[in-house]
Amino acid sequence: MELTERYARWLAWGTRISIVLLVGAYAAYVFGLLAPHVPIDQLQSLWQLPASQFLERTGVRPGLAWTTLILHGDMLVLAAIALVTSVSIACLAAVLPIFLRRGERAFAIMCVLQIAVLVLAASGFLSA
Amino acid sequence: MIAHLASTAPWWAWPLALFVACFFLGIIAVPAGVGGGVLFVPIIAGFFPFHLDFVRGAGLLVALCGALSAGPGLLQSGIASLRLALPLALVSSISSIGGAMLGLALPAAILQTALGILILAIVAVMVSVKNSEFPLVTRPDALSRALALHGIFHDGAIGRDIEWQAHRTPLGIVLFIFIGVVAGMFGLGAGWANVPALNLVMGVPLKVAAGTSSFIISPAAALIYLNEGAVLPMIAAPSVLGMMIGARIGGRLLHVVRAAAVRRLVLALMLFAGLRALAKGLGIWN
Repeated sequence: MELTERYARWLAWGTRISIVLLVGAYAAYVFGLLAPHVPIDQLQSLWQLPASQFLERTGVRPGLAWTTLILHGDMLVLAAIALVTSVSIACLAAVLPIFLRRGERAFAIMCVLQIAVLVLAASGFLSA
Repeated sequence: MIAHLASTAPWWAWPLALFVACFFLGIIAVPAGVGGGVLFVPIIAGFFPFHLDFVRGAGLLVALCGALSAGPGLLQSGIASLRLALPLALVSSISSIGGAMLGLALPAAILQTALGILILAIVAVMVSVKNSEFPLVTRPDALSRALALHGIFHDGAIGRDIEWQAHRTPLGIVLFIFIGVVAGMFGLGAGWANVPALNLVMGVPLKVAAGTSSFIISPAAALIYLNEGAVLPMIAAPSVLGMMIGARIGGRLLHVVRAAAVRRLVLALMLFAGLRALAKGLGIWN
């Protein structure tokens, strides 16, 4: 029970916080509180392009280059989305000590591997 | 017509239409027992002017957010098993990265055609395959025993505790590798495949399979799409928010609407969207 309760608690709070941040960032972007990197009026011609061409036209490199533009409204929304996708990393890290304490090495290793896979995917290393 | 609207409608009309469409998809997805991603990708790709890359990126996020929102309740009620989810989520994560990279490298027309065929196949599976509420597992395999892939859950519908155990774990793992590739490639999420794989192959009771499925949906592919520029904030955010609000209402309607009728509506929608994706991919109907 301790395991599922701790995972559920981290998941509930992580999801809640990241969704609130996503709503806030999107409102700041759409209502122009933060200037976007890609002007909104140009989106209609850009969203019909493949992602690789979109990046070329907007001058953003694949990988984590978008994080250097985080003070722009659209990139702040991306940061909030990245946070949503990272919630399970925090949940896995939270239950890892329980598996270790119980001596369940197979599940502890699975947690570490899953965290490593997600961090690798988030790192931009595979996209650069 | 879509091309004409794409050039004449104001920019804000599209995210607004997307929000409304996702809101309604969210409402019908819950009673129909399907994940949002499998409805979102073919319908939005077929009837909105966005490139398939952005639709798939948003589709993965829609599926993920639905799973994250439902997760805590499923765990606390004992319907989801973290022990069962962890090994499957790990293999599915790794393979979904491969699927995402493959999907982003393939030409859009090939993907669109394959998406149409896949959606039609999913409709066929949904119509023909009958899940088993309490599959009979006489002997768990060695891996299932070693990882203690078993548990007890309280089934409120019949008012008693149900013991379960998984079998055919190695075959299940192979299936989840394949499911991960497909989910990452097409941005569909994976509930449509997770539940039958857990239930019919691994012998997990239907409710536990549906609950655990949420924890196997991995964010790894979505992170690849994000770093490849295939997550567009103007498309992803209204999709996620519309679907989440719609799903909340869908959850409340669950007790008053006829689930079978909604499921038929969803199957009809998916059939139409699958044919549309196929026709678009083959250049018959652009």
